[in-house]
Amino acid sequence: MIASARRIWGMMYRHLALYRRSWPRLLELAYWPTLQMCIWGFTSTYIASRMAVGGQVAIGVLLGGVLLWEVALRSQMGVAISFLEEIWSRNLGHVFVSPLRPWELVAALIGMSALRMLAGVLPAALLAWALYAFNIFALGPMLVLFSLNLMVMGWWVSLGVVSLILRHGAGAEALAWSVLFGLTPFAAVFYPVDVLPSGFREVALALPAAHVFEGMRQALASGVMPWGQMAWASGLNMVWLLAAASLFAQQFRVARTRGALLSIGE
Amino acid sequence: MNAIEVTGLTKRYGDVLAVDGLDFTVPRGSTVGLLGGNGAGKTTTIAMLLGLLIPTAGRMIVLGHDMARDRFAALARMNFSSPYIALPHRLSVEENFRVYGHLYNVRNIDARIAELAAELDLGDLLKRPAGDLSAGQKTRVALAKSLLNRPDLLLLDEPTASLDPDTGDQVRGWLERYRAESNATILLASHNMAEVERLCDMVLVMKRGRIVDRGSPAALLARYGRDDLEDVFLDIARDRQAMPA
Repeated sequence: MIASARRIWGMMYRHLALYRRSWPRLLELAYWPTLQMCIWGFTSTYIASRMAVGGQVAIGVLLGGVLLWEVALRSQMGVAISFLEEIWSRNLGHVFVSPLRPWELVAALIGMSALRMLAGVLPAALLAWALYAFNIFALGPMLVLFSLNLMVMGWWVSLGVVSLILRHGAGAEALAWSVLFGLTPFAAVFYPVDVLPSGFREVALALPAAHVFEGMRQALASGVMPWGQMAWASGLNMVWLLAAASLFAQQFRVARTRGALLSIGE
Repeated sequence: MNAIEVTGLTKRYGDVLAVDGLDFTVPRGSTVGLLGGNGAGKTTTIAMLLGLLIPTAGRMIVLGHDMARDRFAALARMNFSSPYIALPHRLSVEENFRVYGHLYNVRNIDARIAELAAELDLGDLLKRPAGDLSAGQKTRVALAKSLLNRPDLLLLDEPTASLDPDTGDQVRGWLERYRAESNATILLASHNMAEVERLCDMVLVMKRGRIVDRGSPAALLARYGRDDLEDVFLDIARDRQAMPA
């Protein structure tokens, strides 16, 4: 167990050392969430100023959506980009001839993803508080549940992306940036699931994010924990996580069969 | 006691038979060379021994562990160096050693890094980014990384490629010393025949995925009636027969 923890820490240390030496990488973590917060913050302030009533709720729904969706996006990119760093540095050969188990690599990637997410989203949350008087932390324990569910969703999506990279090589790396953006219309971040047309609605309800954002809107309007939505989000996350973990295990084995661990960056 | 026991090892990629039913053993404490031209199957064989590649058929017992079922127990006691696989180039040499020290669960990493830096003359390189090193320095650093966990089995792919003759000679000296001090087993693939002749107790000569000859360097020289292994290599590569016993 201690050896396992050391191997996980070793892989995390590898990325932390990289960030210590690369300020553009550090800047990139907070750049996009902060930019998003600026754009949506001013937009929602403008919309609220044109509304007779409910302006503050509208600001809360929009900015809460932006911040929480960034939690999912940063978590997904945190895993996928940390894995890509190994490919870009052509280091996978050394990593996989060490006693590092695949699950330990995934645990290290998830650990880095959590740190990257905090480094990216916290400045945006503080900006929302300072500029638009929106305090996401007022959600209290609900924020933890919402965030955890969105982080887990980011992780299973990225496990799927990593599996595709193992299968198709670095050619699939564009998915690391784009795949969760593609799910945004179904995540119901800024509008209720009901507004989606039939077909889209079913897809949305299969995603934990749609339940989280429905729950967030309920919570902001009533201040009550939306337990039903949280149960749906957590259950769906378990199912998707198991499916993504199986896909990863399968594609890792395929990569070892095809010799892709040595040639994946080529 | 054997460090490596390989039976019927085969690797097929579609229609291409990269490794064709290898059988060999590597005794503990010995240094064995894998010789062969490009595409002979050396790297594929090493990749299978390291668990990077799943064989199509065959069995590998490494340090007493079946690689199909228990590869991590063996990998903890092995290590690998190749000039063709990089270390993270933005990290300093010392940070790289620290990463791999954790991965191999090395006790007292600081002392081990200091020890290797002294032995392999890396003191001036420790704080430099790995990507800024010359090809020769990178090879020395990769070799030091492969010695971090004091492996019982060391797999080396062209350990002295890109080194000048002086540094190459020093590296061979370090490998000889490491083996003598630790009774480690070394399996190395090399195109440097003088190196193979100096370091190896036994040579496995591969061609088109098969072992076509084997024996000590002296035995091979005698069998082919040659003065150096380079000529033996050419005889085998060009299908010239060994002299009748």
